[in-house]
Amino acid sequence: MRRLAWLQELAGPALLVIVTALLGTLVSISTQGYFTDTLVKVAMVVALYTFVGNSGVLSFGHISFVAVGAWTAGVLSVPSDVKPAIMPNLAHMLRDRTTGNLSSLALAALVGGICALVVALPLMRLSGLAAGIATFGVLEITHNLLRYEEKIGPGLNAFSSVPETTGLRQAAIGALVVVVVAFAYGRSRFGRLLRATREDPAAARAVGVSIYRQRLGAFALSGVLAGLAGGLYVHLLPVNTESVYLDLTFITLAMLVVGGATSLWGAVVGALAVSALDSYLAVAENGSSFFGAKIDLPAGTRVVIVGTLMAVVLILRPNGLTGGREFRVWRR
Amino acid sequence: MTMLAIWNIDWQTIADATALGGVYALMAVGIGLVFGVLRLVNFAYGQLVMAGAFSLALASQWGWPQWAGIALCFAVVLALSMLMDRLVFRPLRGHSPAVMLVATFAVAFLLQSIALLWFGPLGKIATSLAYLNRPITISHVDIRKITIVAVVVAALCLVALALLLERTTVGLHMRASSMDFQTARMLGVRANRVIAMAVLVSGALAAVVAVMLTVQNPLVTPDFALRDTIIVLAGVVLGGMNRPIPATLGGFAIGFASGLLGGALPTNQSQYLPTFLFAAVILVLLVRPGGIFTRARVVERV
Repeated sequence: MRRLAWLQELAGPALLVIVTALLGTLVSISTQGYFTDTLVKVAMVVALYTFVGNSGVLSFGHISFVAVGAWTAGVLSVPSDVKPAIMPNLAHMLRDRTTGNLSSLALAALVGGICALVVALPLMRLSGLAAGIATFGVLEITHNLLRYEEKIGPGLNAFSSVPETTGLRQAAIGALVVVVVAFAYGRSRFGRLLRATREDPAAARAVGVSIYRQRLGAFALSGVLAGLAGGLYVHLLPVNTESVYLDLTFITLAMLVVGGATSLWGAVVGALAVSALDSYLAVAENGSSFFGAKIDLPAGTRVVIVGTLMAVVLILRPNGLTGGREFRVWRR
Repeated sequence: MTMLAIWNIDWQTIADATALGGVYALMAVGIGLVFGVLRLVNFAYGQLVMAGAFSLALASQWGWPQWAGIALCFAVVLALSMLMDRLVFRPLRGHSPAVMLVATFAVAFLLQSIALLWFGPLGKIATSLAYLNRPITISHVDIRKITIVAVVVAALCLVALALLLERTTVGLHMRASSMDFQTARMLGVRANRVIAMAVLVSGALAAVVAVMLTVQNPLVTPDFALRDTIIVLAGVVLGGMNRPIPATLGGFAIGFASGLLGGALPTNQSQYLPTFLFAAVILVLLVRPGGIFTRARVVERV
């Protein structure tokens, strides 16, 4: 039993995802959407954690890989008969090809990973604030190009007519896949080396760890996961360039930091806690009752409350709700 | 000028770019001063400017005289920055930069959503200073008055700031603190006072920026100055975050570059301005990660 103690670090986050999905089956169809959305957010935050949490370097650029994933999956899954109507300027190569749900998700992950790798090759030489601003630059450039480049997508318009295959089940499976991959990476030799560079870069270097290479690998892997999350997202709702830009960047980063940036457990807990609060308030704003309580809030208060609570949590618990520790029922 | 003519740049573009550079330089100092003493990147700086701009809009809606509107703008922005310092910056002092940055994100988010709740997404129009938008002609070049005002005000503010930093005790304390906060405290610098001073000066600069930006762009929306903050942050890091002067130069440079690029790009490509701008930022960062305007390359501990 003791030898399997490490398994609880996977079991905790995975169980949370499964419980969320099961809870989602109990509520009405309209409320279920919030649970599905939450699970996709879990996938995004865990993807972000894979790089930010393990390396200790902030990245504002991960939502661009979510966007790239969403674009890939979206363009490839719009049915070919409506494609010319929605995206008249699409490149020929993309116009003639349409794939199924699963292969569009796989391609989203692949393209996300390739973009992340290309970006990381030069950028991982930077660190600290310079790295932060450079990744912000990546987000700006991606947003700008996707917004105006109509050869590769709908440009300013939203992705309509993408088959809505991300239901509760697909979101849960996707989130689980991301959690398992992130966990496996964290347990692997590379994950440990990267965390060593986070804790003490000088010591890590002294024992022969290449900080550049470790960060490069993690960035590319988290790009794969972010691309997958983006694919899930575009199959959930009509994504446009604004829905995968600053707001999503802030909210996912905030989820990660509120949960505790240095652990997988923290990433999942943060995503679930902030999403739960946000969805609850969204329902409350609509004036319907949800889990017993009936409140009626004026529209817009939701964001104010979420923002305030985020600031309060950060001030009171700067290491996040979990303190940045992994899930453990019993300690070895 | 022949070279410039090919690139479609005229004197008007250069004047506008200079004005934008001046405004961005002020924002850069505002962000750089607080970073110097607190090691905190204040992402909510743009929302201070936004709050100031809304005060101006409200004042002109209520029919207040110009000076009263500007006074209200200063009062609101200064009060808000003091509040931010007491409620957010002080409890977080000494925490990791990531936590502080995300906390200022939360504050920015909060202020923006409060503005959205109060004023709605369509925003308000600040009209009281609109006459500054009228052009005057200097040797066949039409220049908006605000361009000249912005350049002059920015220059005056920067000179005043340089005097404050170089010639006064509190300025000395600020410079010492931004070099090494611990040592400065041990040598008798009052931490709270020097931080409060930096926050106040940075708030005052935000108010100045609010006045000038509302003249150039009278429609005040909840995301007013958000884009500018992002660009200025890039500029500050480009210039060199640790010292006020490189940070200011970085802010000016990025404002000037973005004004020039805006004028130089052919119209069918001007929508890609952010791509060009941020690609340039990334390139420069790769070559000089410590900043362009810093003297020696700082060896950073990863």
